[in-house]
Amino acid sequence: MSRQTTDYPLIFERSVAGRMGYSLPELDVPDVDADQLLRQDYLRAAAPPLPEVSEVDLIRHYTGLSKRNHGVDSGFYPLGSCTMKYNPKRNEAAARLPGFALIHPCQPEQSVQGALELLYRLQTYLAEITGMDAVSLQPAAGAAGEWTGLMMIRAYHEQRGEHRTKVIVPDSAHGTNPASAAMAGFTTVTIRSDERGAVDLDALRSAVGSDTAALMLTNPSTLGLFEENIVEIAAIVHAAGGLLYYDGANANAILGYARPGDMGFDVVHLNLHKTFATPHGGGGPGAGPVGVKASLLPYLPVPTVAKRPDGTFYLDEQRPHSIGKVKSFYGNFGILVRAYAYIRTMGPDGLKRVAEDAVLNANYMLRRLAPHYHVPFDRICKHEFVLSGKSFKAHGVKTLDIAKRILDFGYHPPTIYFPLNVEEALMIEPTESESRETLDAFVDVMIRIAREAQETPDIVKLAPHETVIDRLDETAAARNPILRHIAEQ
Amino acid sequence: MKPFSYIPNTEQDRAQMLSSLKLSGVAELFADIPASFRLDQPMNLPPAASEWELMKELKELAGRNVHVEDAVSFLGAGAYHHFIPSVVDAVIGRSEFYSAYTPYQPEISQGILQAIFEYQTLIANLLGMEVSNASVYDGATALGEAALMACSHTRRNRVLVARTVNPDHRAVLATYAAGQSIAVTEIAMTALQLSLPDLERELSDDTAAVIIQYPNFFGTIEDVREIASRAHARGALLIVSAYPIALGLLEAPGSLGADIAVAEGQSLGNSLSFGGPYLGVMATTSALLRRLPGRIAGQTKDRDGRRGFVLTLQAREQHIRREKASSNICSNQALNALAASVYLSCMGPNGLREVARQNLVKAHYAAARFTAAGAELAVAGSYFNEFVLRLGPARDRIVSALAAEGVYFGLPLGRHYPELGEHVLVAVTEVMAKGAIDHTAERLEALL
Repeated sequence: MSRQTTDYPLIFERSVAGRMGYSLPELDVPDVDADQLLRQDYLRAAAPPLPEVSEVDLIRHYTGLSKRNHGVDSGFYPLGSCTMKYNPKRNEAAARLPGFALIHPCQPEQSVQGALELLYRLQTYLAEITGMDAVSLQPAAGAAGEWTGLMMIRAYHEQRGEHRTKVIVPDSAHGTNPASAAMAGFTTVTIRSDERGAVDLDALRSAVGSDTAALMLTNPSTLGLFEENIVEIAAIVHAAGGLLYYDGANANAILGYARPGDMGFDVVHLNLHKTFATPHGGGGPGAGPVGVKASLLPYLPVPTVAKRPDGTFYLDEQRPHSIGKVKSFYGNFGILVRAYAYIRTMGPDGLKRVAEDAVLNANYMLRRLAPHYHVPFDRICKHEFVLSGKSFKAHGVKTLDIAKRILDFGYHPPTIYFPLNVEEALMIEPTESESRETLDAFVDVMIRIAREAQETPDIVKLAPHETVIDRLDETAAARNPILRHIAEQ
Repeated sequence: MKPFSYIPNTEQDRAQMLSSLKLSGVAELFADIPASFRLDQPMNLPPAASEWELMKELKELAGRNVHVEDAVSFLGAGAYHHFIPSVVDAVIGRSEFYSAYTPYQPEISQGILQAIFEYQTLIANLLGMEVSNASVYDGATALGEAALMACSHTRRNRVLVARTVNPDHRAVLATYAAGQSIAVTEIAMTALQLSLPDLERELSDDTAAVIIQYPNFFGTIEDVREIASRAHARGALLIVSAYPIALGLLEAPGSLGADIAVAEGQSLGNSLSFGGPYLGVMATTSALLRRLPGRIAGQTKDRDGRRGFVLTLQAREQHIRREKASSNICSNQALNALAASVYLSCMGPNGLREVARQNLVKAHYAAARFTAAGAELAVAGSYFNEFVLRLGPARDRIVSALAAEGVYFGLPLGRHYPELGEHVLVAVTEVMAKGAIDHTAERLEALL
């Protein structure tokens, strides 16, 4: 890629009146004017201002845009916390089978038995993988799963006549945890991490009480570390009458090695777009199924997919204690098909291999980078690890500069400035789908940039140099928001 | 150990990497997991399937579903079978888009950022609103988010929702409201339309918003202007959930007084896919911009003045504001929104109007045929491409008999509307051939 010399046109700027990109059949019933069928004042005064382009214009426009975008298929994408693993092509083909892509959600039950059976099997597989008693496939994303789980926790306490208003969240948690707690009507209590990056047990002990509804724990944490005191954590929260919520965003690291259900957790959500290889789609769609222990089963959102004694499948809407509906219909079915295909492709041994190679790859990179970057928590990590760029501040180089310099080498940078409890954080997650050569080549670039930051800091501070566009003025974007194109008269 | 095609490391790679870590085996990497619950047996899952076996299994499962192109489907009720041009899948099938994540690094994400900016423009133009976000999960959650927006903006905590709004969407709204202790009051209907006297009676100084659907769940077109003026007179906002295809012909919600316009965006180039993934369209006025949840892309310049796009106004969002954020949402339905953009750009103003016109005219043709066959149109009001038919006490027998012949004759009402126990909700889109309508009318006449 080289710098653009002219702005890439908007689709609106390609529009020419009279051009046409569509092809529709002729109306085959007797034609009637719209104003004969509808009140005149209901009709649109002016056609919506949409572009008029030919099919060729359209395809060239979007092909050009795609070339200005980096995906996992374009190259290494070690964006920590996001698990940017390879998206298998067979899963894409599976979701596009007409028997899946072209079924209407309101069809009679007998005409969708294959779809219901797939959902039922997937519920069963995810329950086995997490060690839970039941799974709802409905939430559309991880954050939606968190909210769904917290609404069930709320219903559980209310049903028992208990008024519990607080959700405890460690300081390393994703921002969605406190935001989801607020949406479910809870207040958040933040507790600090100790010097090893783990939940501080004393802080936890003093935070729990008769008002504790739940602890939300991401494990492995956003520092990529397994909570070694998980047994004590579970005991402290349960003893106070609170429930344990497992944020399974990082489940990739423990597949086949440990299960939240066995650790004493009551609710867990999974991000299928992370652990189960469904595409991130440029920001979505995802899927965030939620698993629960038997004590929370009555509160699962409706409908659940159930099996009758005669072997047929149905949608169970008759659940009087359910928290209700959290999404239209039955979840992001197309994503669920892809996750099903992934689990069937990997099998139990393959899923365990996923965790092993994801963790091995991360530790291999960490060891190679440790001499060159500050490592705030230097111990065996899980699937990801956090570095700090604070040692380069003396040279005027920030973590943001390092990320921008990485762009020049054709890689997507790691996650930066997260988690919040590490100064100048760089969070790296290689995933299992990268080879040793890829890891080595990326580490070599990181080492080179560490050297540049000290010897020729300007090349880092002025990066990127090779992208289509230079750093963008985000302050101006927020101060004077231009959020849509307005055609010049 | 059996190799896996998505895991490149060989046994030799693993051995060398472990040795560089001074470890003797992978098990040592998991030593931090307390032994008491380390899984010591394989998970109880079916063994790995090869690609051939997998596709065979999936084709068998898919083959046990009847898809809409192998049936005659009059099903709508929030998900619609519309024609999707091939260009849509050609674009969303490009892995530079689908294998990317949220564009956190704008310099190598200009493709998706510009696509979102264009989507926001297309949606704002279609709905007649000033600003759009990058989409939320679906039409139902968009409605829930809109209600939360209205409550935080007006500092009131009661919303009025028409009973003519999709019952599934109302159910999701109820779950959103329960989390926030927001009171939801349903407004009764008369002749399958919101009852204005009931609205007037329920409107009060604590009403944050009035929520309606346009056309409503039954396909009937509400008097949006009148409802807007009554809501506004009491300081309440108007939230309109619109059917995007209808807006090829119908006046835009923004021109009728909507403060927040939402939509189930599936009908814009997204396949039915048994209910998801779809996209929640959300647009509003400049005054409400900072209450809008979700991602928003904005235009800006780089250091040399080149035009570019970034995610903006992030101070509203959960990763900055945490528990004080406008919503917990951290994703958008970017790929579905891309499909919607390609669809709208492909159709253009004339194509969208033509699609809307065909839906309208075909639906009215079908309604005339079905009433001639002996069914009764529930109301005579203005409807777009969906209408309610009364089939009488034999409804379930007729619907089942037609389904057995591969005709899905609409959605039987009654579960959510006990007074409509003899009725079906029938949708007709541009893909419904005249021959199929005529044939269904003949069969209906024989069965009635």
